[in-house]
Amino acid sequence: MSLLELKNVYKIYGDLHALDDVNLKVEKGEWLAIMGPSGSGKSTMMNIIGCMDKPSKGEVLLDGVNIAAESAKNLTNIRRDKIGLIFQQFHLVNYLTAVENVMLAQYYHSIPDEKEALEALERVGLADRAKHLPSQLSGGEQQRVCVARALINHPEIILADEPTGNLDDANEEIVVELFRKLHEEGTTLIVVTHDPEVAETAQRMVVLRNGKISKETVNENFTGHIRFH
Amino acid sequence: MTKRKMYFRMITASLMRRRSRMLVALLAIAIGATILSGLVTIYYDVPRQMGAQFRNYGANMILTAADGSFTKEDMDAGLAIVASADLVGATPFRYETVRIHEQPIMAAGTDMEAVKKTSPYWLIEGEWPAGSGEILVGENVAENLNLKIGSTVTLSFTPEADEGAGASENAGADDEVVLDNMIDFVVKGTLNTGGSEEDYVYIPMADLEELTGIAEEIDLAEVSISTSGDGLNAYMERINTQVPAVHARLVKRVTASETTVLSKLQALVLLVTVVVLALTMICVATTMTAVVTERRREIGLRKAIGASDASIIQEFMGEGMLLGGVGGILGSGLGFAFAQFVSVNVFSSTITLRPVLVPVTIIVSIVITGVACLLPIKSATKVDPALVLKGE
Ligand SMILES: Nc1ncnc2c1ncn2[C@@H]1O[C@H](COP(=O)(O)OP(=O)(O)O)[C@@H](O)[C@H]1O
Ligand SMILES: [Mg+2]
Repeated sequence: MSLLELKNVYKIYGDLHALDDVNLKVEKGEWLAIMGPSGSGKSTMMNIIGCMDKPSKGEVLLDGVNIAAESAKNLTNIRRDKIGLIFQQFHLVNYLTAVENVMLAQYYHSIPDEKEALEALERVGLADRAKHLPSQLSGGEQQRVCVARALINHPEIILADEPTGNLDDANEEIVVELFRKLHEEGTTLIVVTHDPEVAETAQRMVVLRNGKISKETVNENFTGHIRFH
Repeated sequence: MTKRKMYFRMITASLMRRRSRMLVALLAIAIGATILSGLVTIYYDVPRQMGAQFRNYGANMILTAADGSFTKEDMDAGLAIVASADLVGATPFRYETVRIHEQPIMAAGTDMEAVKKTSPYWLIEGEWPAGSGEILVGENVAENLNLKIGSTVTLSFTPEADEGAGASENAGADDEVVLDNMIDFVVKGTLNTGGSEEDYVYIPMADLEELTGIAEEIDLAEVSISTSGDGLNAYMERINTQVPAVHARLVKRVTASETTVLSKLQALVLLVTVVVLALTMICVATTMTAVVTERRREIGLRKAIGASDASIIQEFMGEGMLLGGVGGILGSGLGFAFAQFVSVNVFSSTITLRPVLVPVTIIVSIVITGVACLLPIKSATKVDPALVLKGE
């Protein structure tokens, strides 16, 4: 059984089909990239997989559970337990320090553990920035805090919606390198990107166009390392 | 680290690091709490304060003889019943008809120092008599007999006092068998009250006793007690039952108006307190609504990383109640200062702190803030994480 399966998923706003009969399977431990032009439905799809939105039609099976049929309360629980989220904007709570932002995810998940949170920050190379507020961090550093927060509870899937969209090459490389390590550890990764260099690091890539999957390619020479053209 | 520790770390961080907005809410709560504790302090202090004020308008209890006459001893026995903290003053009076320049005049023997306390409204031109041989002359008497301050007058008294002024005039014409008692007095001041007191002359009680040759007797005592309503009634009843020689009654005109003014004033203070608390709530609710709008992204983010509606409510409630608590602490302190200020400026006396008001103010502030936060926080739980994170 696939970890994630979308079956005939639609998301309809008025007469706009943001998702239009999407079918997709993601295996456990897989690293998938999603590409597509702006407005093609990438974020809509990520929101549905991330249990923050429900499809208008169709089934979304996560670990065999149809999350399209779950209550909002159950969706919160599933999201908390199984999913780590990374966004294009570096969404951090602006009055909490880096380590406190990481601990926030632990707080909602189970029990905050400052030591573990500091280790996560160390993993993303920010051990010395733990006590800084987001406003005192660069964009790349903020995004790395977001990565640390996404991985702190050991989620089954990490969903990243254009995680490198606002980053320079150096930070992009750091973030992709973090993904590669997570992948090695067996974490399932779904990364939305409009950047082909980032997409090429993944094992498989699907392209969305007008809410439909228009193309699907498997990366034959997958290494997990980014190659700048 | 426990969840609770993280919780307090979060809500204090929110208040400490995002100061400007919270300062407005804190200010509203602190002002509300200040008015609350200040006005409640005044509310409880008003009877005492106003009682002291009302005592400027004279005695509120009169003691007379139950039958015939009573003595200073009886009067003191009656006064012993009144708690010393409540007793503002008590003045004995004894009235006798004397003659000045062959004119019959009512003379009152009294205790000048006590009069100052029971009749603070007496207006004296010149000075109060300070000892034996000094006299205070009512304005009308001074005018009619042309008595000047500093001049000397002779008071004469015919020992058969019960025959009255007419009898002594006749006695003067018919025979001179009975010799008058006479004492010379220096006019120290004239008295202006706008009332019947202006037709009297006032001399020390000892001088009147010497002039008449009768000691220990008094006609009435004016008593000023800084209590009103039920407390005053209770004193009156106890004096009447425990000291049979004395008949106590209240000066209805004074006590009734005092009770009405007091209850109206207290109702007003209560009304203002309620209005101020309502305004505080509106201000806190408005600020909290703005705060929730301002923090929609943060709320969406928290939900996205796993916060339930209950946690969101808990966190915002926690921030609100913490504000309420801090505002309450500030307010209970400032409120006492405010009450003291009002008291000194309006009633010209200080008040004592009521310690119980400190926790009461803090708890009321927390509850009021909590209630004011209910609606804004409910709207916070409605924030949709998907919309917020799509980058609105
Ligand atoms: N809440 C919404 N209401 C109406 N239209 C929406 C809503 N969310 C997204 N859309 C529309 O759905 C389409 C897909 O949006 P989105 O998934 O954000 O695209 P992408 O992330 O690929 O740029 C867009 O045309 C967008 O305008
Ligand atoms: Mg998008």
